[in-house]
Amino acid sequence: MEYDLIVVGGGPAGLSGALKAAQNGVRVALIDRQEQLGGQLVKQTHKFFGWSQRYAGVRGIEIGRRLRDAVCAEPRITVFAGTEALGYYPDNSLLIESPSGVSRITAKTFLFATGAQERMLLFRGNDLPGVYGAGAVQTLMNVYGVRPGRSVLMVGSGNIGLIVSYQLRQAGVTVRAIVEALPQVGGYAVHASKVRRLGIPILTRHSIKEAHGTECVEGATIWEVDDKFRGIPGTEKDLDVDVICLATGLTPLGDLLWQAGVSMTYVPELGGFVPIYDENMETERPGIFVAGDAAGIEEASTAMLCGEIAGLSVAAKIGKIPRQRFEEERNALAQELSALRSGPLSNKVRTGYERIRALVQGRRGR
Amino acid sequence: MTGLRIEEHPILDFPKRKKVKFFFEGREMEGYEGEPIAAALHAAGVKVLHHSLKLARPRGFFCAIGNCSSCLMIVDGVPNVRACTERLREGMSVERQVGRGPSLTGR
Amino acid sequence: MKSFYGDLPEKGSLLSSGIPSVEDLDGVLPPADARKKGPVAVLECFQEIPCDPCGYACKFGAIKEFSDVNDLPVIDWTKCTGCGQCVAACPGLAIFVVDETYSPEECLIAMPHEFLPLPERDQVVLLYDREGRHVGEGTVHRVVRGKDKIATPVVWVRAPKALGYVARALGLPEREGGSRN
Repeated sequence: MEYDLIVVGGGPAGLSGALKAAQNGVRVALIDRQEQLGGQLVKQTHKFFGWSQRYAGVRGIEIGRRLRDAVCAEPRITVFAGTEALGYYPDNSLLIESPSGVSRITAKTFLFATGAQERMLLFRGNDLPGVYGAGAVQTLMNVYGVRPGRSVLMVGSGNIGLIVSYQLRQAGVTVRAIVEALPQVGGYAVHASKVRRLGIPILTRHSIKEAHGTECVEGATIWEVDDKFRGIPGTEKDLDVDVICLATGLTPLGDLLWQAGVSMTYVPELGGFVPIYDENMETERPGIFVAGDAAGIEEASTAMLCGEIAGLSVAAKIGKIPRQRFEEERNALAQELSALRSGPLSNKVRTGYERIRALVQGRRGR
Repeated sequence: MTGLRIEEHPILDFPKRKKVKFFFEGREMEGYEGEPIAAALHAAGVKVLHHSLKLARPRGFFCAIGNCSSCLMIVDGVPNVRACTERLREGMSVERQVGRGPSLTGR
Repeated sequence: MKSFYGDLPEKGSLLSSGIPSVEDLDGVLPPADARKKGPVAVLECFQEIPCDPCGYACKFGAIKEFSDVNDLPVIDWTKCTGCGQCVAACPGLAIFVVDETYSPEECLIAMPHEFLPLPERDQVVLLYDREGRHVGEGTVHRVVRGKDKIATPVVWVRAPKALGYVARALGLPEREGGSRN
């Protein structure tokens, strides 16, 4: 069977993209590695920011449930859950491995919404069991109902580090400290204040020096760092922890994009190598679209909007909706997107996207 | 099961699931059917799942979504199974893997 | 420094430690006449982030309409009744209600509380300041639960008047697991 669109990744971007496309007449195959669709939403117990007309004030788990229900109720979407995308082939086919075996599916267009992976940090003992990604800890606790340990050191004070610290406390786990190498908290102040009043110290200009233990983590040493993030000898402090949680950032998962020969570029503000794509979320390989963290590390509200733009663009590309209606709808979504990104805390991602826009415009000019 | 299981949560509900027995390094253990092997082991206090290829350093789970290959184990004799995504079944045999694990072809 | 809000840094602490400073809090303190009237919302929201649920939650139109989703909320004090709807709605858990007119000695504080076990009416609870330091005791006046577990419960506590703008978290005397540091 040939589909109009194959969406790889059933997180906020992929689900929104699949829905938008299907609602406009596109026949979609949606593939996700996990049995349960939703991506990272399935473990996000915090309430979202953004607009109330969208999902502000709604917890991530609930947003995931709504998107999942909508996707499952949409007759034009075929869901391949528990299915991994193994490789993209130039004849517009995708090799997939489902519980029933390996097969190939083909489509006119693709939307890669493959998300991101957590970054590692260099320190002695960083490979010991007990050093976990913050997202992994969130999955273990909030999806599987298992605490990661009894006492945690959180490394990184971005929104993920702050939110997971709060959630650890909700699960009855002690958080000894959050260390942040920068002089300022990385995430939203409201999240920081929320964990701070629980008595969890946020130590800016601090980092982890080493993890202790032979078989698994039995403790950690933190220290102050200077402006160049070098540890300052003599400032070491030992913490009694059995879990070290790394919330030191994400990097886009672009394996399939590289394989498909999409032009990529390094944009540090967006987390690393990202695809070059235009205002329709289409890459320089016609028919291959991107959305969500795979297109640049941001957050779920913007990922959903980018997914919708991509889904709509696919519908227009294969002639399911007239050009004018497409442009009107896309411009409305783009306006929402730029409003979400217009605040002072979005400076970094704005710089990143401006770089990509400049690249695209430069190439068009040639 | 140990104190690492969350019984009550302010936001989430964890539905009651069926308990199953499985074997870790020949030792009988209990977990919930359908949860990832790594979750069942973690709840039972087992953090070391693998030993690294060159230095045989202990490895635990890291990403929990089947990405990083830190948790590769031997499951029912099959090496390189991702314990963080493979679902637990009654009677499963789970062993720690060293490096690449045993060859299936005997070579 | 010692202040009306407790022992807090004078300024600049919000981003370096997550603790709002005296300067930050002075900027959101409801005016004296509103405080004398009864319960009022205290919006400890200091950063322009894209967020608007407080405005939607207010049934009295007391939170002025946002022209940009990144705007900080602005309150019309003549309309705020201190009902606490916005406390439960705020995704950042940054809104509280304080009623300094409750009795000659005590005030009422409404706080979002997403921890188990939830305290019960008339139970004595420990109160903590914005740094998580124990600052006194209060008594639970009422607990407002949402329609399901997904909603944020709001706990109204009777506390010594001096703690109205000091206490911002609560805990049970015999809390299990996840101890404070």
